[in-house]
Amino acid sequence: MNPFEYAPALESTSIVTIADRYKLFINGKFVAPRSGKYFPTINPATGKKLSEIAEANSADVDLAVKAAREAYVKVWSKLSAAERGKYLFRIARILQERAREFAVLETLDNGKPIRESRDTDIPLVAAHFFYHAGWADKLKYAGLGDQPKPHGVVGQIIPWNFPMLMLAWKVAPALATGNTVVLKPAETTSLTALLFAEVCQQAGLPNGVVNIVTGAGATGAALVNHPGIDKIAFTGSTDVGKLIATSIAGTKKNATLELGGKAANIIYDDAAIDEAVEGIVNGIFFNQGHVCCAGSRLLVQENVQDEVLAKLKVRMSHIRLGNPLDKNTDIGAINSAAQLAKIKELSAAGEAEGAERWSPPCDLPAAGFWFAPTIFTGVSQTHRIAREEIFGPVLSVLTFRTPQEAIEKANNTPYGLSAGIWSEKGSKILWTASKLRAGVIWANTFNKFDPASPFGGYKESGWGREGGRHGLAAYLKAGK
Amino acid sequence: MKMAISPSGRIDVLKTYKLFIGGAFPRSESGRVYAIKDFKGNHLANPSLASRKDLRDAVVAARSAFSGWSSATAYNRGQILYRMAEILEGRSEQLVTEIVALEGVTPRAAALQVQQSIDLLVWYAGWSDKISALAGSTNSVSGPYYNFSTPEPIGVVAIFAPAKPSLLNLIAAIASVITSGNTAVVIASEKFPLPAITFSEIMATSDLPAGVVNVLTGSGSELAPWAASHMDIDAIDASGLTPKQLQETQVAGAQNLKRIRVNTDLESPARILSFMEIKTVWHPIGI
Repeated sequence: MNPFEYAPALESTSIVTIADRYKLFINGKFVAPRSGKYFPTINPATGKKLSEIAEANSADVDLAVKAAREAYVKVWSKLSAAERGKYLFRIARILQERAREFAVLETLDNGKPIRESRDTDIPLVAAHFFYHAGWADKLKYAGLGDQPKPHGVVGQIIPWNFPMLMLAWKVAPALATGNTVVLKPAETTSLTALLFAEVCQQAGLPNGVVNIVTGAGATGAALVNHPGIDKIAFTGSTDVGKLIATSIAGTKKNATLELGGKAANIIYDDAAIDEAVEGIVNGIFFNQGHVCCAGSRLLVQENVQDEVLAKLKVRMSHIRLGNPLDKNTDIGAINSAAQLAKIKELSAAGEAEGAERWSPPCDLPAAGFWFAPTIFTGVSQTHRIAREEIFGPVLSVLTFRTPQEAIEKANNTPYGLSAGIWSEKGSKILWTASKLRAGVIWANTFNKFDPASPFGGYKESGWGREGGRHGLAAYLKAGK
Repeated sequence: MKMAISPSGRIDVLKTYKLFIGGAFPRSESGRVYAIKDFKGNHLANPSLASRKDLRDAVVAARSAFSGWSSATAYNRGQILYRMAEILEGRSEQLVTEIVALEGVTPRAAALQVQQSIDLLVWYAGWSDKISALAGSTNSVSGPYYNFSTPEPIGVVAIFAPAKPSLLNLIAAIASVITSGNTAVVIASEKFPLPAITFSEIMATSDLPAGVVNVLTGSGSELAPWAASHMDIDAIDASGLTPKQLQETQVAGAQNLKRIRVNTDLESPARILSFMEIKTVWHPIGI
């Protein structure tokens, strides 16, 4: 063994207890589903079953919505704002206390590296609750008039890429603004949401304020179409976002949608190239590339392309792919067989359409779902891998000559979620940032998130913002 | 708009009412017109009956104008909106006549509507360089980053304003959309289109760049589905649509996730913000 090679440093799973079977969380209690059905959830790094999860049907969703309505009318809307905030502070503190347990469970269920669940996801989850707790009694300063009102019962549907973080992005602002919640986690990653239900119990949160219904698309559709829902908050694919927008047409339901992206990461020739290479790696390989705002289209200025690609390939050859529980792991498992198939299909299309594929030498584990970090060079704008969201560790490299060309290429997409800019020249950064049609711009950094920072997209990347003062607007109606 | 024959017996020179696209006044490419009547039922004019192609031409003009208008200084945009109010003031009498004939209100009520419209335009002119101070923020993120959020115009907005009061609703919709840097395609009220056409002449002589506002006359129910499904329209002010049209617009608009808004307040910064997007920028702080 190379003396500078890392020895395995496995995080213990003893902190986590996984039950054989999980029920629904409705009105403060775990209840068996009316459907009588359960589905398995697996560890994507091993392919082995972790547990089985209740599948909520429309009758279950109806019970959850009714519980949320009753909690809204009888308890939550009558509580003083300061008291409401104190529940959120309690939740934030319990999440901090149990952070390691959440991180390990997230890694087991999702496949993401423990380094990320431990250092990024779960700390941000606690921060989101702490941040929004402080808003609860200050809503008249949120810019929506002196007496902003909650919508009532909010239906929330979250994806599998950041299960707990997306729960926090949804639940914390909803509760802080006085709404009650029915949340549906993604079917492949329900476990941390169900552990969160336990946190709600420990915090003494009144029954019915948070309800969790597990299941797949049909459960989500039942939630979206339930007449007792006042507002929908969805994070997921643009296709499903459009379905939701269609199905709530003509109703009084409000919606916020955080959807897909195909972010340009622009490297100008006056960038600090070494830092930019780190930013490229973070932009596309963070969380296996399962990131809606991933920097999946590298736009590199032509005269530095060779230098950037050479350094990027060296850097990529040091990426460590493997057991997500190993504290040294950079890239974990792909979340599901279906997602792996999609990544493989699009990568094959990239080759078939004439782009050149490259991955560093990389041993993939035998069991579970894995995909080596991959770049495609010689990509043109018409290639599917330059247009479609791959949602995996696959980078498409395009080039440009002038800043104007970079802007045209960056904006040549129906998406508009995020973008990156690398340059040491301030005026060029601000010019570029102002021309990019995207909601989040990272300049000389990438994939940074914070509860105080609004997140959300232009164009087909969605409706509304989450986080910051602007994110509160999604959960409030203006009042005078 | 004038009487066909004035009391003195002189034969008036009547105006041909046309569309306003890209700063020019073309007829509908379809060659179609439709007849409008005054409130007493007398024939007034034959404005153009805009087609789907006219709408598409108007969207092209609005999209082409977006880059320049949205990157003009806010001070410049504010002055141009103010200039529109100045010119509108000078054309008051004509608009009063048109409003009386179409809406059947008293000359006094029509004059009041025109005055309110001028004042509302001045009000929105002043917002151009203040809305980002109201809705923007610097955000205290947990780390060595400078992070700020600022509202930006959404792009091309199609406008269906409520029919009455015709000029006031039109001004509220146009001014709130363009003061922030959006460009617009206005589908004028089918029954009361003359104030919109006269206002087009005002815009054409107010230093407003060509294409920033385009005005189509014709059938709202014919044009609404084409606007809703047009993939290069970013948002719709649907305040003047019926509930059924609104639902159909929301369904078709979901194809590109249009921002579809119904605004009831004539005078509100929230109305401006309903056609803006928040952009957040991060940059490291360090030496």
